Amino acid sequence: MRRLVTGYTVELRLLAVLLAMCVCLSILSEHFLTAGNLTALLNNNAVNLIWAVGLLVVLISGGIDISFAVAASVVQYVAVYCFGALGGGNWFFGFVVCGMLGIGLGLINAYLIHSFRIISIVVTIATFNAFFGLLMFFTSGRFIYNLPSWWVDRIFIFEHQAADGTWSELNLSVAVMAACVFATWVIIAGTNVGRQIYAFGDNPEGARRAGVNIAFMQAVAFGWMGLMAGIAGLMQVNIVKEVVPNALIGRELDVLAAVVLGGARLGGGKGSILGCILGVMFVAITQNGLNLLGVSPFAFQMIIGSVILIAISTSNLSLGDAFERLPLAAAFKRRTLRR
Amino acid sequence: MTASAAGEAPESESGVSGWALMLRNVNKAFEGVQALEDVSFSVRIGEIHCLAGENGCGKSTLIKIVTGVYSPDSGTEIEVFGERHASITPAQARTLGISVIWQDLALFPHMTVAENIAFDESVGLIPKFFSQGSSYRRAEKALNRLRVDLDLSASLNSLPIAKRQIVAIARALHANAKLIFMDEPTSSLTQSETDNLLRIVKTLSTEGVSVVFVSHRLAEVIEISSRLTVLRNGRLVGVYDTSDMTQTRLGSLMTGQELVSEVSARDCSGNPPVLEIEGLSRSGEYSDVSLKVRSGEIVGVIGLIGAGRTELAHSLIGMTAPDSGSLRLNGRRISPRSVRDAISAGIAYVSEDRLTLGLIQQQSISANVVITVLSKILGLMGLISPKRQGSLVSKWIDELAIQIGHPDHAVSTLSGGNQQRVVLAKWLTTSPRLLILDSPTVGVDVGARAGIFRIARKLADEGIAILLISDEVHEVHYNSDRVLHMRNGRIVWEHDPASASLSQLEARVYA
Repeated sequence: MRRLVTGYTVELRLLAVLLAMCVCLSILSEHFLTAGNLTALLNNNAVNLIWAVGLLVVLISGGIDISFAVAASVVQYVAVYCFGALGGGNWFFGFVVCGMLGIGLGLINAYLIHSFRIISIVVTIATFNAFFGLLMFFTSGRFIYNLPSWWVDRIFIFEHQAADGTWSELNLSVAVMAACVFATWVIIAGTNVGRQIYAFGDNPEGARRAGVNIAFMQAVAFGWMGLMAGIAGLMQVNIVKEVVPNALIGRELDVLAAVVLGGARLGGGKGSILGCILGVMFVAITQNGLNLLGVSPFAFQMIIGSVILIAISTSNLSLGDAFERLPLAAAFKRRTLRR
Repeated sequence: MTASAAGEAPESESGVSGWALMLRNVNKAFEGVQALEDVSFSVRIGEIHCLAGENGCGKSTLIKIVTGVYSPDSGTEIEVFGERHASITPAQARTLGISVIWQDLALFPHMTVAENIAFDESVGLIPKFFSQGSSYRRAEKALNRLRVDLDLSASLNSLPIAKRQIVAIARALHANAKLIFMDEPTSSLTQSETDNLLRIVKTLSTEGVSVVFVSHRLAEVIEISSRLTVLRNGRLVGVYDTSDMTQTRLGSLMTGQELVSEVSARDCSGNPPVLEIEGLSRSGEYSDVSLKVRSGEIVGVIGLIGAGRTELAHSLIGMTAPDSGSLRLNGRRISPRSVRDAISAGIAYVSEDRLTLGLIQQQSISANVVITVLSKILGLMGLISPKRQGSLVSKWIDELAIQIGHPDHAVSTLSGGNQQRVVLAKWLTTSPRLLILDSPTVGVDVGARAGIFRIARKLADEGIAILLISDEVHEVHYNSDRVLHMRNGRIVWEHDPASASLSQLEARVYA
């Protein structure tokens, strides 16, 4: 039990805040705790969470990836052509094609980082621009609505009709999300490869000396990120029923903030699936709550930005430390020390 | 005593020799530079052996050959537990039970103790499931073998260095190490932590694990090991029994120079006092400290870690404020509130943690030297004048005989002894009246140590008052004019090196 508490301080704190927030919201808004709202919350955040678990692995390995959202868009476009060539395709081909394309793009990042010893943020900012530039150039910014029907048909994994006749449902992306979360958890928490990725992120030189194959770990981390990006791209089309080149760009930073909020360390070596889920849900529920409370949508970004800032800057401090960092408290302490 | 028979490898061809490691005719050249030449080195099973030599003598090259990082040049014979090898790969070294604990430990700070100890079982490309529970149990077993108790679920970065060291040893044991190399294991430990580590090393040896100790601290080298191999400039000087070895003799063997330890104390009681401390106290750190340092005098402050000596220094340079008592510099009462105050009053402090606090490793030598006096080297329009900077830097490089490639090279390219001189130069540019040297020889070669004390003596002759803080009795006895012994925050004894012997001081300090 103590192991649980000391190992997951950030996560437990986030969970407590999240629960408190849920209690407040369910008192303030009668819509919050309805099946309709909660299922919508899951449907709308499935794609983010799929990306988030992929990014978590990269962060644990000591890297960072800015390019995954754009990579998902690239995967969508290339997949449309592949399905055309395959005579329409189906879900099985969908996962294989999008997964492979995503892994390919992830491995490009891993290759550049490892062979040229460039830090990952620089590489992925470059590939972010390159992927997006190529996408816009070759598609001329064209939207695609004419998609295979299997891809855009709704598949519900759960349906429920409330007493007042409103329907609530969970769609396929939630099931895929659950599978991705579970698979990532197995890899990072339950296999030797996961241990080696943690070790590499924590102390690269130490891992190298212990005989960890650095290139392989780099490839696993970015390849997994790519796989998640590809699958997220696939599922996002199922939700919005269109392929738009600039639909996903910009979401990488939201996901990054959510994962870091969940306790993943930007320097590597630290982070958990639980924290990752909580981080994404924290941002999602904040947004959902503001929506339900009727706050102007123009204020959303500002509020969410400040909430993330407060959460991240206090998450590693004990309450006493947090107090000491306040400017007033510091002045007070100086006065008392002087005497 | 010559290179004794103990060191000569018996010509046993049987293979069951009682030797963990036997190297003959080790040769290794890097781009024409002969790093090792015809070196022989052998370790008995269960023996604690010391590998001694100054930086650059070939110690690390030798370790890297044994662990498979480098492959030796032809002619080298390697025998591990009676088995012959032409060369060793890192994977082979692991399966043979050879393990190195590097000075930086190569552990994983965000993992738990158990995860660190059991990490090596995870290494490999073939994916497999691992169970947290069983690796915890195995980690516990390794710690039990060392007879130490550590919280397995504690995060490594919450532990002090000494305990991390133990984790690293347990990790080696867990990987079935039968021959462990320890690179400078005690360089950042306190005396009691060192004693504890030495006890653990002895436990290992009774378990049949051989330990090769690489250390700069001659006293503990002699205390712990039964034999020692000395290397100099890539060649074997000899193999010796430690039973009749002295620090002075070992120092001479390592440097190849006759190092004389002579008491350098002089009577400075006629000189005007520079620093006068009267009844200085700070709760929990030191209490009722009174002392005087005169112009041209070197006053040693000896005490084990935790005695309050570094804490006292921190108050002198304004990092912490004393609760009571008075401080006078050149007769004028001062109460420095910040390091800046202390510097302008004429106090300079060379900290013990040179590597992280004293120097900006990635920056150039000149940038490091002038960082304390930036306002003095400004030229046109308030910008730093390269000419003034250059002349200041070259003055101190000459004065302190710092051996460098070029002033623009990064500090990290220098040896420990030269880095220490750069720190000195940096503080001497502030023209201090009082210079505080806190453990100035940590991580510095035996040969280079003498150089640092020569500089200290020269500075004293120019009238600077020097406070020399150290936990090495040897060092303060031979290099100070007076020695103050600090214990539990108080000065308990004044030792006069000119009239009392080293062993008297040792007896008091280690009592």
